[in-house]
Amino acid sequence: MSITVKAAGAGVTYVDQRAPISSLLKANLRKIFPDHWSFMLGEIALYSFLILLLTGVYLTIWFKPSMTDVIYNGSFAPLDGIPMSEAYASALNISFDVRGGLLIRQIHHWAALFFMAAMMVHMFRIFFTGAFRKPRELNWVIGGSMILIGILEGFAGYSLPDDLLSGVGVRIVAGIVEGIPVIGTYLMFFIFGGQFPGSDFIPRLYTFHVLLVPGILLAMIGIHLVLVFYHKHTQYPGAGRTNTNVVGFPLFPVYTAKAGGFFFVVFGVTTLIAAFVTINPIWAYGPYVPDQVTAGSQPDWYIGFLDGALRAFPNWESVIWGHTISWNVFLPSAVMPGLLVTVLIIYPFIEAWVTGDKREHHLLDRPRNAPTRTAIGVMAISFYGVLVINGANDIIAQAFNVSFNQLTWFTRIGVFVIPPLMFIATRRFCLGLQRRDRDLLLHGRESGQILRLPHGEFIEIHTPISDEQKAVILSKIDVPVMALPVATDANGVATPKLRAKRRRARWSRAYFGDNVARPTAQELEEAAHHAHEAHAHEVHAHGAGELADAGKDH
Amino acid sequence: MTSTSVRRHRATGLVVLCAALVMTGVGYAAVSGTAEAAAPEASQQQVEQGRQLFLEGCATCHGLGAQGSSDGPSLIGVGAASVDFQVTTGRMPLAQPSNQAPRKVPTYTPEMVAALAAYVATLGPGPSIPSDSDLATNDANLAEGGTLFRTNCAQCHNFAGRGGALSDGKYAPNMMKATPREIYEAMLTGPQSMPNFTDATMPAEKKQAIIKYIAYLQSASDPGGLALGSYGPVTEGMFIWTAGIGILLAASVWIGAKVR
Ligand code: HEC
Ligand code: HEC
Ligand code: HEM
Repeated sequence: MSITVKAAGAGVTYVDQRAPISSLLKANLRKIFPDHWSFMLGEIALYSFLILLLTGVYLTIWFKPSMTDVIYNGSFAPLDGIPMSEAYASALNISFDVRGGLLIRQIHHWAALFFMAAMMVHMFRIFFTGAFRKPRELNWVIGGSMILIGILEGFAGYSLPDDLLSGVGVRIVAGIVEGIPVIGTYLMFFIFGGQFPGSDFIPRLYTFHVLLVPGILLAMIGIHLVLVFYHKHTQYPGAGRTNTNVVGFPLFPVYTAKAGGFFFVVFGVTTLIAAFVTINPIWAYGPYVPDQVTAGSQPDWYIGFLDGALRAFPNWESVIWGHTISWNVFLPSAVMPGLLVTVLIIYPFIEAWVTGDKREHHLLDRPRNAPTRTAIGVMAISFYGVLVINGANDIIAQAFNVSFNQLTWFTRIGVFVIPPLMFIATRRFCLGLQRRDRDLLLHGRESGQILRLPHGEFIEIHTPISDEQKAVILSKIDVPVMALPVATDANGVATPKLRAKRRRARWSRAYFGDNVARPTAQELEEAAHHAHEAHAHEVHAHGAGELADAGKDH
Repeated sequence: MTSTSVRRHRATGLVVLCAALVMTGVGYAAVSGTAEAAAPEASQQQVEQGRQLFLEGCATCHGLGAQGSSDGPSLIGVGAASVDFQVTTGRMPLAQPSNQAPRKVPTYTPEMVAALAAYVATLGPGPSIPSDSDLATNDANLAEGGTLFRTNCAQCHNFAGRGGALSDGKYAPNMMKATPREIYEAMLTGPQSMPNFTDATMPAEKKQAIIKYIAYLQSASDPGGLALGSYGPVTEGMFIWTAGIGILLAASVWIGAKVR
């Protein structure tokens, strides 16, 4: 260790003699980061992105973003002599005639799935621990936007090879754009440079996919990381951890080593999967031809929720002034995701408004201690989950031999019924855990040992919990429920903004009304006193040789 | 009564003809030493055997004269190809009425199937069982077969022939077990919700190209590794959310564990 530090020191000196940044580096290399496995979820997303950049560059060397018709004469016999776009032909060439091309394509695509999944799991961690609270709201907004942009980027990549599956996907998206009232048709013509499919779309998408969006994402990831650095990392509650300190290890060498190692783990796992498991077998789908389609035409999983909503939505249309408004397309595939993403992105501000909390939070919440937030999260996930499942309704129907018409109805009803049920169940579960925590603090852990007191009474011996556990439980913050404002104060002056305040008070009650209060200092002291007494009893009882073990009684 | 006697009378000629054919055949085989299968012409005996089998196993649903009943459609004019397809794939006899006749282990031997087919063929003209030359795919173009397959079949059977769901619990089956003859017959007769592709809309050469492509699908090795069932992105998504994220989470827990 001292050698590494020395080496780092030497490096710093070297740099310092050339550019006066040593103090900056020194301070930052020694910056302390807390430790927890769940803090590595974001890293998975980051490393997947790096893998995408590396493999993506390799693909650009051979990929031809052109919709010009060519006749395929490559080495994949089942498509020999078939007319197709140059884009598809070049993707086939990458797969079969470029050394390592198929592996790189598969790494690229698996990494894309990893990227999106890791971002999502990372977001769940942030959400359920309340890490998005002040001062980190902005980073939540960036993160949420990156998920949205990641979806667009993934869709663009998926569409580039111009195979049958992706062509059908593009056709659907063209339909979604057309479905936007008033401007839809113009927008569609603008994007496609004329009628679908035209010949401009793939080249445009290519610029979007390899230049514009990766650039934006790179910039956002940069800001994201700088902000993490600047805010310092949050930490889980525990003995010695407060809202104003950070307990952990220095960035260098501990985290740089761990993170570097983890990069290779992620790269290695992705490569292994890509080497053994097919993804997007474009050769099997065939080239895109507008009059062809295959059963089980699905998007990648991260777009599945959109497809699911589209598949479930009733066939509503209305004609206004001779124009058809396709609610059946517009509502599920434009309005629904728009609302979902908006609520997602502004959630920190909603919660801050309800709590009226202006403090900074560097200590994470335990999910149970914010039951309403946790329940909202589970509700949102179940809503999303139902839609994702419906996006695969035909595959599920086939695999489990059920009718997909029934599945569609299950979704139509389930999407409104399941999330509220999940909300209620999660909230109650959290409150139950809070009650248990309170018991643990006040009475300790049930030891299972029964003690008979000299006068014949039986009591169960409770052993006190560890200081670590105590600190964890005591990290709970009790947010006071806002009182309903009075219409006029004592002097008869009307309260300004009365309605807004009322609304906020109601929300506050809904959020925190049922919380199980953290024991007060006095209660804790009394409890400690009690425990002491019980302990005295125990010692006394031991002396009298009257300890009765519960196990022996049975 | 008269009709039976007429039929008997007609059949007598058939028997004579068949006997003559068989004799010539045997003679020829004896001379040349190779057994060339002549187009199977049904014998009276075979038809009669088929009728018996039909009465025992099929008439409950299809009616005594195959004219149909509330439990099964009329078989008059469906042709030998339809019977051959339905019975060799084990779809018939149907075990219980349901919205789909699933593929099963066939309950009849090939001779019995031939007899059933011969009997049903006598009821009215319909597509006959494809001959070996119909099924020859040596000259067929594989890539053209792929295009035809994607245009005509993939929308129900999926791009790799792994099947797909249709409305109301019906489905287009996985065709990995279908023989060239069954594939040809399926196209000729259009079982259940499958459209039929008559020789007028789809000439024999095109059918052969499709058969060649399906045979390729049945034997193809997957260049990309495990194909996850060839169901498209759904199984890929399931894979990433189970094995993929699972492995990386385990790795994070392992690395994140307090190894100091
Ligand atoms: C339990 C009733 C049942 C039995 C027994 C049964 N079938 Fe069927 N069969 C059906 C039904 C119902 C259909 C229609 C299937 C459909 O199209 O949904 C059918 C369809 C057929 C067809 C396809 C008709 C067409 O339009 O091409 C043939 C051929 C056939 N059956 C032959 C037979 C033969 C031969 C047997 C006896 C070995 C048999 N079936 C036994 C119920 C039965
Ligand atoms: C509208 C959907 C549809 C289309 C298009 C279609 N099929 Fe089918 N196919 C079906 C259904 C449904 C069945 C099952 C019928 C049954 O169970 O009796 C089937 C059954 C089959 C079978 C029997 C599979 C087995 O293993 O028993 C074959 C072979 C087949 N189809 C081939 C084809 C070919 C070749 C094409 C294209 C030329 C095609 N199908 C087009 C719906 C379709
Ligand atoms: C967030 C980042 C990215 C995501 C989510 C993503 C996703 C995808 C996906 C899903 C495909 C389809 C691959 C297939 O199965 O064929 C694809 C193709 C492609 N990507 Fe990316 N990608 C990303 C970044 C990049 C970058 C940075 C580059 C280049 C610098 C790039 C270049 C390409 C090329 C050239 C193709 C088409 C090649 C082919 O399909 O064979 N990608 N991308």
